[in-house]
Amino acid sequence: MLPKKILDEIEKVSEEMKLNEKQKEMLVKAVEEEYNKSRFEPGESIGILAAQSISEPATQLTMRTYHVAGSLGIKVTLGLPRLIEIFDAKKKIETPMMIIYLKKEYNTKEKAEEFANKIIERRVYDLTKNISLDLFNFSIQIEPRDKRKTEKIAGVIEEKIGGVKVKVKEGNILVEMKKKEEVQVTELQKLKDDILNLVVEGIEGVTAAIVRSEENRWLIQTLGSNLEKVLMMEEVDETRTYSNDIYEVYEIFGIEAARNLIVREAYKTMQEQGLDVNIRYLYLLADIMTWSGEIMSIGRYGVAGAKHSVLSRAAFEETIKHLARAAIRGEVDEFKGMFENVMIGQVAPTGTGMFELVVKREKDERERKDKRGSEGK
Amino acid sequence: MKKIDVSKHELVPKHEIVTEEEKKEIVEKYGSLKNLPRIYSTDPQVKILNAKPGDVIKITRKSETAGETIYYRIVIEKGE
Repeated sequence: MLPKKILDEIEKVSEEMKLNEKQKEMLVKAVEEEYNKSRFEPGESIGILAAQSISEPATQLTMRTYHVAGSLGIKVTLGLPRLIEIFDAKKKIETPMMIIYLKKEYNTKEKAEEFANKIIERRVYDLTKNISLDLFNFSIQIEPRDKRKTEKIAGVIEEKIGGVKVKVKEGNILVEMKKKEEVQVTELQKLKDDILNLVVEGIEGVTAAIVRSEENRWLIQTLGSNLEKVLMMEEVDETRTYSNDIYEVYEIFGIEAARNLIVREAYKTMQEQGLDVNIRYLYLLADIMTWSGEIMSIGRYGVAGAKHSVLSRAAFEETIKHLARAAIRGEVDEFKGMFENVMIGQVAPTGTGMFELVVKREKDERERKDKRGSEGK
Repeated sequence: MKKIDVSKHELVPKHEIVTEEEKKEIVEKYGSLKNLPRIYSTDPQVKILNAKPGDVIKITRKSETAGETIYYRIVIEKGE
């Protein structure tokens, strides 16, 4: 069976060369033979080949670099730190980022800029000119920078914070605590901090957004990610917009999308640094990371820690912990894997060592029967 | 409120539930269904298909090297 891509190519070539049915058949046969030759043999250790093929170029990656995109200066984790982040399946990544595509009707520079401006989060903190505490009346007075936004800020405070009365006076906001007795200064301080941290406009988590153009499409790159909220916005093309946070994509789109994102992000990271890794190795790695239905890291808490063999786990990291635990639990090592067999000097089940000799007994039986039959005569 | 279809995203390949006959073919080809990669019943794509634990999902992936590849995952309960 040839893969679809090769079959399509054969189709294309045979059309160009005007091959007849018989010639085409021959071509398919010849290609199939080459294809089968280039495939991995059963028992080939592809895992270790993938490991080598990814980690050797990874040694060339820059250790700590940031890339500055655009005049706003969005810093994105790159190179080795980013690669480690992906393969360690970090839940909190250093620089979450979204690429937002807009629907066709919003695909102009002006509209994209307007949208970018709309999604940047603005907290009360960013919108106030002055804030003062009144310790006698237990109230907080806020003077907004823009008087037109006073009502909006007041509304948000009223909605999000309980136990307070919000009044608007001459463009200023007065927040009074309902509780009048035994109020401590620290409580008031805390209230002030809570108010200052409220998000008034934009999308929580998005701290910067810049507009870029790519292949005739305007797209918005953000710093900070909140995919769920952004996807629900009317202007957003929900079929292409994505985040570089693998867990976020996993939660919203499922395990297969996460697998594709792992490949895409890892490949992009290597390409950016001018390193060429065969994408098949990344496919293999991403498949292993998502095998269990959730994202597992490569390493002692993930894939390597989930190995069955005690000795194999002990050989990797935290030897004593694994041996002691195995002793307490009475674990059995079945010696089915690679490491444990190498360790004790047995034939490892890889390559030709994977197979045992099989003898077809039918012929033997028949010969014996024939012999017996002839003796009987 | 806008409704979004999470199966339409470009990162998401096509998911389908396989029929009983196909299941038998898979068992014949790959051995036990237990050896298949897994997908949780809480996965957004599984929820759309309304698949139950024990069902096999056929995933038609786009691949840069092969054009198209087929991958199977078995639905399991989370925490199994």
